[in-house]
Amino acid sequence: MNLAVRPTARQPEAGALRLQAARLRGKIIEMSHAAQAAHLASSLSCADVLTAAYWHVLNVDPKNPKDPLRDRFILSKGHAAAALYATLAMKGYLPLEELDTFCKDGGRLAEHPPANLLPGVEAATGSLGHGLPLGCGMALSGRIKGESFRVFALLSDGENNEGSVWEAAMFAAAQKLENVCVIVDYNKWQATARSNETLMLAPLRDKWQAFGWDAHEIDGHDVGALAEAMQQIPNGSGKPVALIAHTVKGKGVSFMEDDNNWHYRAPTAEEVVKAHKELGLT
Amino acid sequence: MRNAFADELTKLSTEDARVVMLSGDIGNRLFDKFKDKHPSRFFNCGVAEANMMGVAAGLAMNGLRPVAYTITPFVTTRCLEQIRTDVCYHEAPVTIVAVGAGLAYSGLGPTHHACEDISFLRSIPNMVVICPGDAFEVRGALRAALQQDRPVYIRMGKKGEPVVHKGPIADFAIGKAITISEGSDVCLLSTGNMLPEATLAAHRLNENGISAEVVSFHTVKPLDEARLKASFARFRLVATLEEHSLIGGFGAAVSEWLVDSETHHQKFLRFGTPDSFFKKSGEQEYAREVLGLTGHQIAEKILHALH
Repeated sequence: MNLAVRPTARQPEAGALRLQAARLRGKIIEMSHAAQAAHLASSLSCADVLTAAYWHVLNVDPKNPKDPLRDRFILSKGHAAAALYATLAMKGYLPLEELDTFCKDGGRLAEHPPANLLPGVEAATGSLGHGLPLGCGMALSGRIKGESFRVFALLSDGENNEGSVWEAAMFAAAQKLENVCVIVDYNKWQATARSNETLMLAPLRDKWQAFGWDAHEIDGHDVGALAEAMQQIPNGSGKPVALIAHTVKGKGVSFMEDDNNWHYRAPTAEEVVKAHKELGLT
Repeated sequence: MRNAFADELTKLSTEDARVVMLSGDIGNRLFDKFKDKHPSRFFNCGVAEANMMGVAAGLAMNGLRPVAYTITPFVTTRCLEQIRTDVCYHEAPVTIVAVGAGLAYSGLGPTHHACEDISFLRSIPNMVVICPGDAFEVRGALRAALQQDRPVYIRMGKKGEPVVHKGPIADFAIGKAITISEGSDVCLLSTGNMLPEATLAAHRLNENGISAEVVSFHTVKPLDEARLKASFARFRLVATLEEHSLIGGFGAAVSEWLVDSETHHQKFLRFGTPDSFFKKSGEQEYAREVLGLTGHQIAEKILHALH
């Protein structure tokens, strides 16, 4: 694939993307059960963003993961690693069977994405507030070298607590990094409490706008709308773009949705069957 | 040292198009030549060091050679997690350059002192720690650092320090200590901006009939183990000199090495700063006097230890 030429924008096929997102959720739930790993709800909440990115927007080639001209996608909310691993495996960066090694002794798929170990992982994340500064550096390198790739950083809403996010936001605006796009997975929960009762994020779109970004609110589960918005980067505003994606933590499984116990809980075998049925995967 | 840094960096950036300069809003006029020659590769990152270090890592991960520069505590402890996670964990070839080692900015108070940075940075995997002893060592260290494919920390003094070397150091190599003057009784292993005090101490010892060797031990990590082995085998007394806490610094690194390598030694003294903040006002010379870190005081203590 020649990444030097970005494909012209095409209409997202929302139906196919929705089906893909359901499959991704099914895989994430299986992995959480097998590994008894935390952060299932956080992974489900961003599944539509990952689907839009990897199945519609990103100019990437899994066979050439280090192509200098590729778009960069940084999972700044590294605790959703299961969602990223499943995505990368389904896209062909990793063998699908390797997903069975998630969190297992000696494997490559740790609970947070590792550095310089897995094809397709742009940055090791897990400590919050790192993805955007890294992404700004990557975008700046593209500008210096005359490469027009785009950088997408997926942040959690709790991650907006970190001062480094706002340092980077002001830097990106001052440097007019219009190839940078932040997507905030605004599921209204952080690890142990409601986000806006912890540190006041609201009005979150206004905050990003005030920091010099072209900021928009979007339905974070409307995979077609996400694909369309992300595909427009750079959107001609001359500014970096923030998509405040309203989401539901645990989205897709009725007994997990908006129940923050699933930040840490892992499903039983019966719950996996039940969840798969709800996702239409049986 | 800092003028030598700015001058050498400008040269290096002309030789190597990958060099990018990031400043934490300091060095007014210092980088005018750089900005003039390479405006697209100079970024004032503002007073936002966490972001600056992350940006540096992002640049380095994409094939460039960023240099991140500001006053020592702000480019080290202020953004320590970014150094650890973004730079070192990713093995990103970022060169971190700090100005104001130890008590160089004594008059500015403990917020601007840096007596813990070696300790923090040398404990991070993949990090190289260099403390140049004078302006020529700064030039050599910067040139060597930018040829590395890994993170490097360069801990500079400030400006106007005495120059110890006679000219450019053609064979400067990371991890290879440099003999400044030879001796046969005691060996002074000095790192960073203490080098002029080390030469003063040696002079005083020589006046007292003690032949002192002075070594500029500019690289604290990796240690020049061959040099350490030779020094401890040969001298009645070996001393480490640093403007850094005795906890975790150069002397501590040498102590760890002594134990781990089971090296036999005679007398070993460590000179450095104590486990306390230096709160009094006053310039570097005053602070060194109070803390017993002048060449004269170091020589006296060594003479005492020999008797």
